[in-house]
Amino acid sequence: MSELFPRKQVMGFVFSLVLTAAALTVYFLDLSFMAAMTVLLATAFVQAGVQLVGFMHVGESEDRTMIYMNIFYGVAIALFTIFGTLLILVWDM
Amino acid sequence: MDYFDRFAIPHPSPAIYASMVAIGLTMIAIVIGLTYFKKWGYLWSEWLTTVDHKRIGIMYLIAALLMLFRGGVDALMMRAQTAVPDNKLLDAQHYNEVFTTHGVVMIIFMAMPFIYALMNFVVPLQIGARDVAFPRLNALSFWLFFMGAMLFNISFVIGGSPDAGWTSYFPLAGNDFSQSVGTNYYMLSIQIAGIGTLISGINFITTIFRMRAPGMKLMKMPMFTWTTLITNAIVVFAFPVLTIALLLGTMDRLFGAHIFSMTNGGMDMLWANLFWVWGHPEVYILILPAFGIYSEVISTFSRRNLYGYKSMVASIVIISFFSFLVWMHHFYTMGQGPLSNSIFSITTMAIAIPTGIKIFNWLLTMRKGKIKFTVPMLYSVGFIPIFTIGGVTGVMLGMASADYQYHNTMFLVAHFHYTIIPGVVFAMLAGLTYWWPKMFGFMLSERIGKWAFWFIAIGTNVAFFPMFFTGLDGQARRMYTYSEATGFGPLNMLSFVGAIGLAIGFALIVYNIYYSVRYASRDIGSDPWDARTLEWATQTPVQSYNFARTPQVDSIEALWDLKRNGKPVFQGEIEKIHMPNSSGMPFIMSCIFFAWGFSLIFSMWIPAIITTIAIFACMAHRSFEKDDGHYISVEEIKATEKDWEVLNDENR
Repeated sequence: MSELFPRKQVMGFVFSLVLTAAALTVYFLDLSFMAAMTVLLATAFVQAGVQLVGFMHVGESEDRTMIYMNIFYGVAIALFTIFGTLLILVWDM
Repeated sequence: MDYFDRFAIPHPSPAIYASMVAIGLTMIAIVIGLTYFKKWGYLWSEWLTTVDHKRIGIMYLIAALLMLFRGGVDALMMRAQTAVPDNKLLDAQHYNEVFTTHGVVMIIFMAMPFIYALMNFVVPLQIGARDVAFPRLNALSFWLFFMGAMLFNISFVIGGSPDAGWTSYFPLAGNDFSQSVGTNYYMLSIQIAGIGTLISGINFITTIFRMRAPGMKLMKMPMFTWTTLITNAIVVFAFPVLTIALLLGTMDRLFGAHIFSMTNGGMDMLWANLFWVWGHPEVYILILPAFGIYSEVISTFSRRNLYGYKSMVASIVIISFFSFLVWMHHFYTMGQGPLSNSIFSITTMAIAIPTGIKIFNWLLTMRKGKIKFTVPMLYSVGFIPIFTIGGVTGVMLGMASADYQYHNTMFLVAHFHYTIIPGVVFAMLAGLTYWWPKMFGFMLSERIGKWAFWFIAIGTNVAFFPMFFTGLDGQARRMYTYSEATGFGPLNMLSFVGAIGLAIGFALIVYNIYYSVRYASRDIGSDPWDARTLEWATQTPVQSYNFARTPQVDSIEALWDLKRNGKPVFQGEIEKIHMPNSSGMPFIMSCIFFAWGFSLIFSMWIPAIITTIAIFACMAHRSFEKDDGHYISVEEIKATEKDWEVLNDENR
C-alpha cells in the first residue's frame, strides 16, 4: 500500500504550503525592505523549483536535457534583462 | 454629440476623406463580387476555416503584400513631403501619423507576416511533416495577426492614427501629449497581433522538435528550418516582454495608471527600456529567416552544398543569444553613464562577428560554383554588398560616444533601411520568387523579375545613400520640413527619386504576378529550380497531406541525394493518413478579439466586458469540444498520387 501513496507529491504540496506561509509573514512582520525582498525572492525561487520538480515532472522524461536547457536559457535571459535594466535605469543613471 | 466626437478624425484632410470613400467602395465591391460569383461558401469552407499550413501561409502572404503597399504609400508620402524645402503637402500632425504607421505597418504587419508566410508554407514540407504541430492554433495565430492588422489600419479613418513614432516613447505617447485615441490603437492592435505571433512561436518550435521526418537529426535540418527554429525561440523569449510593455502602456492610457508617466513615481524611460528589450531581438526575428532563405537560394543556384553548415548553425545560435544583450544601444543618449554605454557598445560590436561569419560562408558557397543568376539569386547576391554597408554603419552607430553625433538623425534612418531592405525585403522577394512555383504551380517571369530587381536595388541605394550625408550634416529624423538655408533640399530630392524607383520596382512585381498568372507555363514539374530540399519532392500544387509516404532522410540535402545518388527517400506501403479537421472557431474568436480591441480603444466598457467573456467562452468551447480529426483513405491517396510521377526509388 505504501508504494501507492503519492509520498513525493504530498511532501511537495506541504512544502509549497510552508513556503507560501513563509512568504506571507512578510506582510505581517515589520521587516526592513531588504529583509522582506530577500525572503520573497528566496521563497519564490524555491517555490518555482518545487513546482517544476514535484508537479511538472521536469527531469522525468527522455527530453529532460532539452527542458533543462530551455529553463536555463530562460533564466539566463531573464537575469540579463533584469540586471541590465537595473544597471541602465538605477545603478548607472 | 461628445460621445461620437472621438470617432472623428482629429486632423482631417482631403486625402483621408478620399481613403474613407475608397475603403467603403472596396468593401462594397468585395461583398458584391463574392455574392455575384457565389463564392461565400468557397471562401468560408476553403479559406476562413482552413487549418492547412499551406493555405494559412498563402493568406499570410496576401496580407503581407497588402500591408507592403500600405506601408509603401506612407513612405512615398514622406519622401514627397521632404523632397523640397518648406513643402506644404502634409502638415506636421499628418506627417507624424504617416511615419508612425509606416514603421509599425512595415515591421509588424508586413515583415512579420511575410516571414510567417514562408515559414508556414515551407517548414512542414522541408521537414517532411503533414502539418504543423497544432494546426488549429496556427489558424488562430493567422487570424489574430490579421485582425490586429485590420484594427491598426482602420485607425486613420476612425479616431485618428497613432502619432508618437513606431517606438511610441512615453511621455509623448501618454495621455497628456497624445490625446487622440491613436496610441490606444497602437497598444491594442499590436497586442492582438503579438499574441498571434507568440502562439506561432510555440507552434513552430514544437513542430520542428517533434515532427521531423525519420532520420532528420537536428544537424541534418535544412538551413531555413534551422533559422526558423532559432527565430521562434527568440519570439517565445522576446514577445512576452512586448506583451507586458503594451499591457502597462494600456493601463496608463486607459485607466490612468502612472507606470510610464513622469509624475507620481512613474518612469517614462522604462518604456524605452522594455520596448527595446523586445525590439532588438525583433530585429533578429526578422533577419534570421532571411539568412535561412539566402542559404537555401545561394546553395541551390550555385550548384553547391552550403559552405560551413556547422558554423552557420553556431552563428545563428550565438546571434540569437547576443540579440538579448544589446538592447540599450538604441538609447545611448538617454542619460545613463559611460559604464553601461561601454558594456552595450562591446556586446553590439560582438554581434557583428557571427554575422560576418555568415557572409563569408555565403561567399565561399558561391566560390567555384556554377552560378545561375535567376531572380532569387540576384536578390541574394545583391543583398551581400548592400547589407554590408548597413552592417558597417551599424558598427559606427554601435560606438556609444560616436552615437551622440548620429543619434536620431537621417544617418540612423539610412542605416536601418540599409539593413532591413536587403536583409528582409530582398530575402522575402527572393523567397517569394523561389517558392512561388511550389505555392501556385507556375513560375514568375524571370525577365520582369530582373527588371524589378534592378529598380529595387538601385532605388534602395538612391533613396537611402543621400540620407547618410544629410544625417551627418544634422538633418533630424521625423522632421516634417526644413528651410532652404539648411541645404538639405537637393539630397532629399534625390531620395525622393530613389523612392519612386522603388515604387516602380514593386509595381513591376505586381505586374509580374498578373503577367505570369496569364501567360506562364503550368507544365513545370515539381522541381523547376533543380533544388535540394524536401519541399520540392512533392506534387505541385501540394496535396493536402503533403507526402503520401513519410520521407526517410539521412542528409541535409535529401532531394539532391535522391536525384544524384539515388538514395531512396520514399519507401514502404501507402497507409491511411490522419489529418486535422477545419474549424471556424479561430476566425470567430479573432473577430471577437477585433471587437474587444475596438471597444477598449474607445473605452466602451460594456462591449469590452461582453467581448472579454465571449473570448473566454470560445476557449471553454475548445476545451470541451471533441475533435478527433479525419482519415484520408488509401484509395483516395492512390487516386491523387496516380496522376503524378512519384519521386520514388522505382523511378530513379
